[in-house]
Amino acid sequence: MFPEQLNVPLGKWVNQFVDWLVINYGAAFEAFADSLLTVLVALEQVLRGAPWWLVLIAIAAITWHASRNWKLVLGLVVAMFVIGTLGLWDKAMQTLALMIVATSLSVIIGVPVGIAMAMSNRLRAIMLPILDTMQTMPSFVYLIPALMLFGLGKVPAILATVIYAAPPVIRLTDLGIRLVDPEVLEASRSFGASRKQILFGVQLPLALPNIMAGINQTTMMSISMVVIASMIGARGLGEQVLMGIQRLDVGAGMEAGIAIVLLAVVFDRIGQAYGKRSQRTSSGEDA
Amino acid sequence: MSYIEIRNIFKIFGPNPQAALELAKSGSDKEEILAKTGHTVGLDDVSLSIEQGETFVIMGLSGSGKSTLIRHLNRLIDPTAGEISFGGENILAMDIPTLNAFRRKRLGMVFQRFGLLPHRNVMDNVAYGLEIQGTDRKTREDIARKWIERVGLAGYENKFPDQLSGGMQQRVGLARALATDPEVLLMDEAFSALDPLIRSDMQEELMKLQAELHKTIVFITHDLDEALRIGDRIAILKDGKLVQVGRPEEIILNPADDYVQAFTRDVNRGKVLRAKSIMEPTTGTISGDQADTSQVVRPDTVLDDILPMALASDQAIRVLDRNDKLIGTIKRQQVITALSHSPAN
Ligand SMILES: Nc1ncnc2c1ncn2[C@@H]1O[C@H](COP(=O)(O)OP(=O)(O)OP(=O)(O)O)[C@@H](O)[C@H]1O
Ligand SMILES: [Mg+2]
Repeated sequence: MFPEQLNVPLGKWVNQFVDWLVINYGAAFEAFADSLLTVLVALEQVLRGAPWWLVLIAIAAITWHASRNWKLVLGLVVAMFVIGTLGLWDKAMQTLALMIVATSLSVIIGVPVGIAMAMSNRLRAIMLPILDTMQTMPSFVYLIPALMLFGLGKVPAILATVIYAAPPVIRLTDLGIRLVDPEVLEASRSFGASRKQILFGVQLPLALPNIMAGINQTTMMSISMVVIASMIGARGLGEQVLMGIQRLDVGAGMEAGIAIVLLAVVFDRIGQAYGKRSQRTSSGEDA
Repeated sequence: MSYIEIRNIFKIFGPNPQAALELAKSGSDKEEILAKTGHTVGLDDVSLSIEQGETFVIMGLSGSGKSTLIRHLNRLIDPTAGEISFGGENILAMDIPTLNAFRRKRLGMVFQRFGLLPHRNVMDNVAYGLEIQGTDRKTREDIARKWIERVGLAGYENKFPDQLSGGMQQRVGLARALATDPEVLLMDEAFSALDPLIRSDMQEELMKLQAELHKTIVFITHDLDEALRIGDRIAILKDGKLVQVGRPEEIILNPADDYVQAFTRDVNRGKVLRAKSIMEPTTGTISGDQADTSQVVRPDTVLDDILPMALASDQAIRVLDRNDKLIGTIKRQQVITALSHSPAN
């Protein structure tokens, strides 16, 4: 037996810290949660309110813009159509809204953090273990403080998704910038480019294919969080899976599972097409 | 005072250069300092003067500090100790905005692997320096177009670097460096990555440009033939130390040590050495009976062209300047000694 005197009350400290956060910054968290919720609700209303064919046209247009490939456009439209035929259109739109908000937030936070990591070796040394922790820590563990800070609902679901899904875009932004040919950087410095001119004119454009790959992975990971997110009150396809589990309704669970996979495929293909496009313009072939 | 002055530059690479610097100052060499402190000596007490308008070549084996030295001139690398000035201005005292302005206006650099921006087409690459300066689009594209034409790439404005051959890419690199009309052109092994034929084309192109533009060019190479072809003066580096600086013939005729001699061993002396550098200077004019044109050369005649004359007759060859004034004579033995590999002295 490990001597009990040596126990460190880490759990208690964390609880105290969270309590302290709630007491002192509760208002700030609430304001943040409110603005996030406003965005999410508005997006959800638009997606759920729009006629299904309009959404299909939008998906087709985006896919065409990304890939210029008719077959892909047709395939993805069919995939979305199938979701509709499974009777899960409305739930899919809820999930879609959650994913768009979570992914956007991940990118808004992740790209600047990745840039900062690429600029500073010290920050990188601090961030790498944090990123590993974010990805390996079971999500239920940080759901608890998220719940305490924001209550049950969509906001903690988004935050949990962001914590889980942001690391790839952070890592790949860092990597992409670090992989830029040092001679190209030297050339740009030798012409007297300022740090800002180097970052926006050279480093980010050349890191773009990697950043796009990171965004794609982040999207995929945020889809994989939908079931967990629905456990704390997010609506959508995850909810349907949960219901299937609770009622031992294999068929309903299976339908929702297929819809999640189809949604993932749609996102993945669009993301990959944009990734390829950013590569093409940087290597010079006509888009 | 010369245009570019480099005074007692030391560069030590490593986290804690001061101790290594003291060792270097007290005369320890690169190997010893690496063994004792783990620090690499990049440059060891280098002093140089470069004149405005000259093509100054820096030579040396791999790792001798050539790239490190040329990067001190635009402060891509800062020295551990020493002074550098351009036209009397101390560039080490410049703060970042001043330094950037100095780089934009007065320097252009060409890189071994070209350093082109892969996401920009030829036009936007050549216009890059002007864009950084804040020149408006119309003006910079007009200037860029002129330089693209000047280096023979008209019609390729919309191509991207990876669609061009190495030689063409380096033409873009050269046009990009010239587009800002810099005073000084820094070229770090600019032609080393090119095929021999393309390389000799580019050397010719550079010499043609230089005859027109009279830039100050600092050119790095590890190829002596290239150095002799384009250089007004040559500096030779070894382990971060400067071993010799001089005009091409001086270096071939009087190599400072075995290291320099090793460089010069394979050079085709007959094509490099000229009458003026081996003649015995005299004064006087040609009298009528001496005016045997078959035994007369000009100061710039190379040894390969003198040798047949020297072998054909026992008479000394006379060297005449542009006004047919006798400035020196060359005996057969002098030609043979100069052509043979051992130094003349
Ligand atoms: N950033 C750096 N950090 C540590 N050591 C360096 C660095 N840059 C150069 N060196 C060392 O300084 C010395 C001179 O390098 P430099 O690149 O100037 O040589 P060079 O003459 O240009 O060689 P090459 O012909 O291979 O280009 C070498 O020993 C090299 O290892
Ligand atoms: Mg080098």
